Amino acid sequence: MQEPYVLQVKDLHVSFKGQSGMVRAVRGVDINLPKGKTIAIVGESGSGKSVTVKAIMGILARNAVIDQGEIWYEGKDLVKATEEDFYQIRGKKIGLIFQDPLSSLNPLMKIGKQISEVFTVNYSMSKEEAKEKSLELMRAVGIPKAEERYNQYPFQFSGGMRQRIVIAIALANNPDILICDEPTTALDVTVQAKILDLIKQIKEERGISVIFITHDLGVVANMADEVYVMYAGKVVERGTCEEIFLDPRHPYTWALLSSMPDLESKDRLLSIPGTPPNMVSPPKGDAFAARNRYAMQIDLEEEPPMFQVSDTHYAATWLLHPKAPACEMPKFLQDKIRRMREEAQRYAR
Amino acid sequence: MQDNREVLLNVEDLCMEFRSKSRRGTSVVKAIDHVSFQVYKSETFGLVGESGCGKTTTGRAILRLYNPTSGKIELKGRDISGKMTTELRQYIAQNISTVFQDPVESLNPRMTVREIISEGLVVKGITDKAVLDEKVKNILEKVGLTMEHANRYPHEFSGGQRQRIGIARAIVVNPTMVIADEPVSALDVSIQAQVINLLNDLKDELGLTVIFIAHDLSVVKYFSDRIGVMYFGKLVELAESDELYQHPLHPYTKALLSAIPLPNPLIEKGRKIISYDPKAAHDYSVESPTMTEICPGHFVYASPSEAEAYRKERGM
Repeated sequence: MQEPYVLQVKDLHVSFKGQSGMVRAVRGVDINLPKGKTIAIVGESGSGKSVTVKAIMGILARNAVIDQGEIWYEGKDLVKATEEDFYQIRGKKIGLIFQDPLSSLNPLMKIGKQISEVFTVNYSMSKEEAKEKSLELMRAVGIPKAEERYNQYPFQFSGGMRQRIVIAIALANNPDILICDEPTTALDVTVQAKILDLIKQIKEERGISVIFITHDLGVVANMADEVYVMYAGKVVERGTCEEIFLDPRHPYTWALLSSMPDLESKDRLLSIPGTPPNMVSPPKGDAFAARNRYAMQIDLEEEPPMFQVSDTHYAATWLLHPKAPACEMPKFLQDKIRRMREEAQRYAR
Repeated sequence: MQDNREVLLNVEDLCMEFRSKSRRGTSVVKAIDHVSFQVYKSETFGLVGESGCGKTTTGRAILRLYNPTSGKIELKGRDISGKMTTELRQYIAQNISTVFQDPVESLNPRMTVREIISEGLVVKGITDKAVLDEKVKNILEKVGLTMEHANRYPHEFSGGQRQRIGIARAIVVNPTMVIADEPVSALDVSIQAQVINLLNDLKDELGLTVIFIAHDLSVVKYFSDRIGVMYFGKLVELAESDELYQHPLHPYTKALLSAIPLPNPLIEKGRKIISYDPKAAHDYSVESPTMTEICPGHFVYASPSEAEAYRKERGM
C-alpha cells in the first residue's frame, strides 16, 4: 500500500445474484482516500456508491459477490479479510454513519447505554468511567444538558440530535476513517448545516479521513476536497472540488450540474433524458451513451478508459481522446459556471 | 397588492389546532396559527419551512381534509371553510386537485394507469368510453407518456414516470388549482429536473394555479412566483420570489436561506451560517407582531418597531 493513502480501493467489482441474473452493481471502481481529507462520492440511486462503501465495511448483503478487486487498509486486503478480522476494523477503525438516525439506534435502549456500551464492551472500562467518557462525547457533539439526556430514549430526541448521537457512537472508538452515507438527507436544511459543520469540526480536530456519500451537489461543494462522480457502477470522473464544479469534462457530470435548479436564474433546466441502464446486462460501451447528447459511435462500442486532465483530474469519456472532435460543454452550463465565478467575486468583496 | 389580478384563493386568519387527550389532560398543538395569504390566478405560490412548520397542514386544510379550527378559506369568492356538505365536497373535488410526494404510495397498485387517470372524470359524470379514452390519451401525451402505458400497472414504472402519472391524474379534471406537496423530493436529481420542467410547461400551457409546498428552497425559488415562509405554524414572511431571496428581512428567512448548501465550491466552503433563536431575536412583550407590508408586496410578521427597522434595512 502506498503511504499517503489511508484506504485504497482497486478495480472493485461487486455483483448481486438476482432473479433475472447477476446484477453488476459495481464495475471496476478505484478510490484513493488521502489522510485527513474528505472525498465525496456522488451519483444517482443505483449508481453503486452505497455498495462500494458496504464492500469496504464488509457488510454486503448475503447475495452479493465481490468478483474481483482489492481494498487496501493498513497493509491488509479487506476483500480477503475474515469476519474475525473485520471485528477489529468495523466500528473501531472505520466508523459508519447512516442516513436514517432513527433506525440505526436501538429504540428500547437508553441513549447513554448505547454510547457507553462501546467503552464497556470494547475497552472493558468500568461503568462509571464509561459514563464519564460518554458524557464527554455527548458534549463534544453538541448535545445540551448531557447528564439529563443520558437517561433518555431515542424517541425523545429530534432528528438532528439523533444524528449527533450516532456520530458520538461512531467517534467513541476513535476511528481513522468515517464513512457518512447520506447523513443529512433526512434532515431539514438548518439542521443539516449544523451537522455538516460538526462533521467538519471533528475531522479537523481528530485528523479523521472522511468518505462522504450524497446526491446533493451543494453538500459536496461544502464538504469535499475531492469528488468522485459515479454512474452505473463506475467512476466516470474524479477531481478536486473546484475541478469538478468549474471545469467538468464528462457529459454525465455536465448533465448532473445542469439539472440542479439554482437560485440565480429561471432558465429551463437541462434534464437528462431517459433512465439509468439495467445493470443485469450493462451496455457494451459507455453506460451513459444512451442518455448522452454528445455520444459518438465509439461510445456504443467500446468502454472509454480514464483520461488524465490534470494531476488530480480524470474523466472516462471518449471526448477527451486526442482524435475526438472538439466538444464544448453546453452553453447552459458555461453560463452557470460563469455565474458561479461572478458570485464568488461578489462574495469576496 | 398594487395590481388588480384576480384572487383565486383567499385564506384569512386560518387556525388549525390538533387536540390530544392523555392522562395529564388535553394538549393542544397549534399547527397553523392565524395564517392569511392570497393566491392569484395562474400564479405559483410556494410554501417553505422546516418539517413540522405546518406547510402540509395548510395544504390539507385548503383541501378540507381537515376541519379548520377557525378562519376563512375562499375559493373563487365562495367560502369553503364552513360545514361540509356533499355539494361542497364535490365543489372542492372539482376545483382543487393534488400531486403527492410519494409516487409509489399515492397510486393504487391494483388499478391500471387508465383507471387511475379516468377515475376523476368518471366521478365528474363522464362515462362514455370513447370520450374517456380520448382524454386519457391526450393527457398521457402531455405528460410525456404514450397510450401504450395506459393498460399497465404502477409497479411497472420508474419513480419519475409514476410522478408523471400522478400529475396526469391531477390535471385531467381541469382543476382551477393544483396543490403540489413535495412533488419532486422523492426523486433523483436527474429525474427531478425532468419533472420540474414538465410541471413548468404544463403551468404555462394550461395556465394552472399551483400551490407548491416543499422544503428544498432552490426548487421552490426556481418554481414559484411568490413565496410564503412558515415557522412553527406562523407565516413569517411573504414576498415575490426574487425579492425574498435578494432581500430577506425576517431573521428566520435569513437563517433558512443561509443554510442552503450552494453547489459552488468557491463560496460554499467559507460561507457563514446564520442561526435563528426566536427568543433572542424578538421582544414581543411590549408590542405584539402582525403581518406588516414593508414594501409593495413584501410582508413580514413583525411588531411596529421591528417593521420600522426592516423598512430602514430595505431602504424604504
